Amino acid sequence: MEHTLLELSQVGIEFPTENGPFCAVQDINLKVKKGEFISLIGHSGCGKSTVLNMVAGLNRATRGGVVMHGKEVTEPGPERAVVFQNHSLLPWLTAYQNIELAVKTVFKSTMSKGEMKEWIHHNLNLVHMTHAADKRPSEISGGMKQRVGIARALAMKPEILLMDEPFGALDALTRAHLQDSVMEIQEQLNNTIIMITHDVDEAVLLSDRIVMMTNGPAATIGEILTVDLPRPRNRIAMAESTDYYQLRSQVLSFLYEKHSKIEPLKKERHKSNRPEAVVSEAS
Amino acid sequence: MTTQSQLISLPSRLPRLLNRLSKRLLNVTAPLLGIGVFLLLWSAAAANIETSLGSFPGPQAVFQQFGQLWQEHSDEQVREQAFYERQEERNAARLAEDPNYEVRIRDFNGRPTFISQIGTSLITVLSGFLLASAIAIPLGILIGLNQFVYMAANPIIQVLKPVSPLAWLPLVTIVVSAVYVSDDPMFEKSFVTSVITVTLCSLWPTLLNTAVGVASIESDFNNISRVLKLKSLTHVRKIVLPASVPMIFTGLRLSIGIAWMVLIAAEMLAQNPGLGKFVWDEFQNGSSESLSRILAAVLVIGLVGFLLDRAMLWLQKAASWDKSQVLR
Ligand SMILES: Nc1ncnc2c1ncn2[C@@H]1O[C@H](COP(=O)(O)OP(=O)(O)OP(=O)(O)O)[C@@H](O)[C@H]1O
Ligand SMILES: [Mg+2]
Repeated sequence: MEHTLLELSQVGIEFPTENGPFCAVQDINLKVKKGEFISLIGHSGCGKSTVLNMVAGLNRATRGGVVMHGKEVTEPGPERAVVFQNHSLLPWLTAYQNIELAVKTVFKSTMSKGEMKEWIHHNLNLVHMTHAADKRPSEISGGMKQRVGIARALAMKPEILLMDEPFGALDALTRAHLQDSVMEIQEQLNNTIIMITHDVDEAVLLSDRIVMMTNGPAATIGEILTVDLPRPRNRIAMAESTDYYQLRSQVLSFLYEKHSKIEPLKKERHKSNRPEAVVSEAS
Repeated sequence: MTTQSQLISLPSRLPRLLNRLSKRLLNVTAPLLGIGVFLLLWSAAAANIETSLGSFPGPQAVFQQFGQLWQEHSDEQVREQAFYERQEERNAARLAEDPNYEVRIRDFNGRPTFISQIGTSLITVLSGFLLASAIAIPLGILIGLNQFVYMAANPIIQVLKPVSPLAWLPLVTIVVSAVYVSDDPMFEKSFVTSVITVTLCSLWPTLLNTAVGVASIESDFNNISRVLKLKSLTHVRKIVLPASVPMIFTGLRLSIGIAWMVLIAAEMLAQNPGLGKFVWDEFQNGSSESLSRILAAVLVIGLVGFLLDRAMLWLQKAASWDKSQVLR
């Protein structure tokens, strides 16, 4: 049995708001094994980003705790690299320099200049972006930016890679392409990954387990679905697999029968609060 | 589909081409037309204004005045050169007579000309502006980074910001005369007074814009910094500073405009060397040429202000990573 890398136990968080404390999520219990690929899926505003940010250390849980390697997570760190929803590359740096900043910071005492350079190029190559190394984010497409964002996170050699809707803002073709890239990379490096997604197919195709969240407020884990489809997975072969369809319909029935979103007014509020939610909804 | 789009594009491209051509023509003709109309109105108005110093000068008189001002400047330069040549000859002669003679070189004490006053004002404004930036940018970063510092500094900033240079000037003059005492001063007192006044009045836009720029950095950028565990100073250097460059430059451009306006006023009021003093002297002088000389100075003040702004714009464009920002 592989050992547990990360454990969330009874995790919950309350945000202080004008109308008193707002409990976004509670009672989250999850164990993540090394090399596992986990998807978090749930309706917009249920608290997926909040959970991911607690694992990253960007938000601090107010109840329970996130434990990694037996130590509680209290602050962010490069061993828990994050791929943000909107790529969030630094616009004044080229693709190469964006990765360089991460590599120089994380490995300043363990790598020589030459090794760093090689490592940066290696990661650019991993996401097939070598040709655009010297381009600024404004000069490359959305999909390319997201690739560089993934390369930057991978370049930190994280123990766990956290991705917040990494492909949410991309068109279907580009998304498929990047999904293949991520599967390929994970097969090579055996990364541990937690990924937020809105896309049922994406979740089934990529994950070992799909964590389905109930609607907020006070959202929690509704069901966890184990995806035991053989790897490497091929999206075309999957399209003909009955197992795949069964898993897919289980997720769909969770989202749209058991926990369908019934409060449209509330949804509007989330949208206006968090503009990126609109983008992800549209996809 | 291709033939169709070609069919549409051919006739539709012609008007677009004409459109672009006429736009370019407009870019040249419109300003020229504006200047022409302005000159006409000026001549017409000038001919109808009788002052105690004769009729108000029109464009022609001012244009001639520029020639004269230049002439005065070259005359002064010739005189300066002659002065030093004479001095050198005299010193050489004395040295030949008495080898132990200690050579002393006296400085030429000529009248500052219009041209040299332009130079003085430029040096002063740039010094004041640089000093203001050196104070405002670091302070703005501090204020923008820390909510507590912001709240502490805000009331003071809001009250000091609208103070007119005319109110600062007496204070600065007196304080400088009291504090800035040295036997061999590196700078003239008047220069120091002007520079400090310019600094006090022009640092606010840079300070506020820097603070706002820093405070409104995208939270994702700060999150990256946190994930990488960047040290505070590295965080400022690698994230905060570049991210707020566009706002800093917006502030700097406002600042240099204010600096130039304030300087001219300060020079007039304090009789500190520069274009402001030139205007004031001509006003006191009250000769028949004074008005055209003042007008020449006014035009130059405007032109220099314009050029300073353009220079900042150029710098801003060179330094800005945000190519989508519309700069004009
Ligand atoms: N800092 C905060 N202060 C107050 N409330 C917050 C804060 N951050 C998130 N929330 C609230 O917590 C809930 C969950 O937000 P979260 O961003 O985690 O949702 P999400 O599942 O990631 O949504 P989406 O899929 O649209 O990105 C929302 O109701 C949101 O309004
Ligand atoms: Mg989210």
